[in-house]
Amino acid sequence: MAEFAQEVDASGLNCPLPILRAKKALNSMEKGQKLRIFTTDKGSVRDFEAFTQQTGNPLLETSEEQGTYTFIIEKG
Amino acid sequence: MAQKKLAIIAAKGTLDGAYPPFILASTAVALDYEVQVFFTFYGLQLLRRELDLKVTPLGNPAMPMPMKMDKWFPTMLTALPGMEGMMTTMMQKKIAEKGVASVQELRDICQEGGVRLIACQMTVDLFDMNPDEFIEGIDYAGAADFFAFAGESDICLYM
Repeated sequence: MAEFAQEVDASGLNCPLPILRAKKALNSMEKGQKLRIFTTDKGSVRDFEAFTQQTGNPLLETSEEQGTYTFIIEKG
Repeated sequence: MAQKKLAIIAAKGTLDGAYPPFILASTAVALDYEVQVFFTFYGLQLLRRELDLKVTPLGNPAMPMPMKMDKWFPTMLTALPGMEGMMTTMMQKKIAEKGVASVQELRDICQEGGVRLIACQMTVDLFDMNPDEFIEGIDYAGAADFFAFAGESDICLYM
């Protein structure tokens, strides 16, 4: 199995689209699988923390490089 | 944990007024809320198949305008013919440039996510609106129907 069950590029999209794309991807995944999502929206850092906490899908990793944020979320 | 509930009353029918209800409703669905939005008065424009939403600086002194026009442009001139169309075009351009979703897109996501969209029957009658001009999959109901859900909701917002 690949490291990430799904990868979503939400670069250039603004609130709330990155969260909505993440949710859509998670809906089609199995428990324990990982999603990697890329964004450029500065607000997405706090939004992804809040989203993962409220939906019980652990946020495993957050990183930023040259304005692109990468989030790794495990389907809970 | 019981599913949380969000109830929204959407009463505005402008381009800027369309965003808050659809953004919050779609995000709440992503957060596993059950959501209902009750569209009343001008909010019913948001349920049209063909959206024709506009924004106007008239009577809206807080609206940022290009070239800082909101600071120096005489208020009276914002009533000139063509101003509303021009400002609407400019805002739509900004929306696309900044990667902000279109109202249509957010509305589609709400419907896909199971948000119950309710058109106020009284308003439909009051303005002789034609239900054929509204999107499919919506309900027509009144205030008592809204309270059945809103009374049990965790969050209830008027927009």
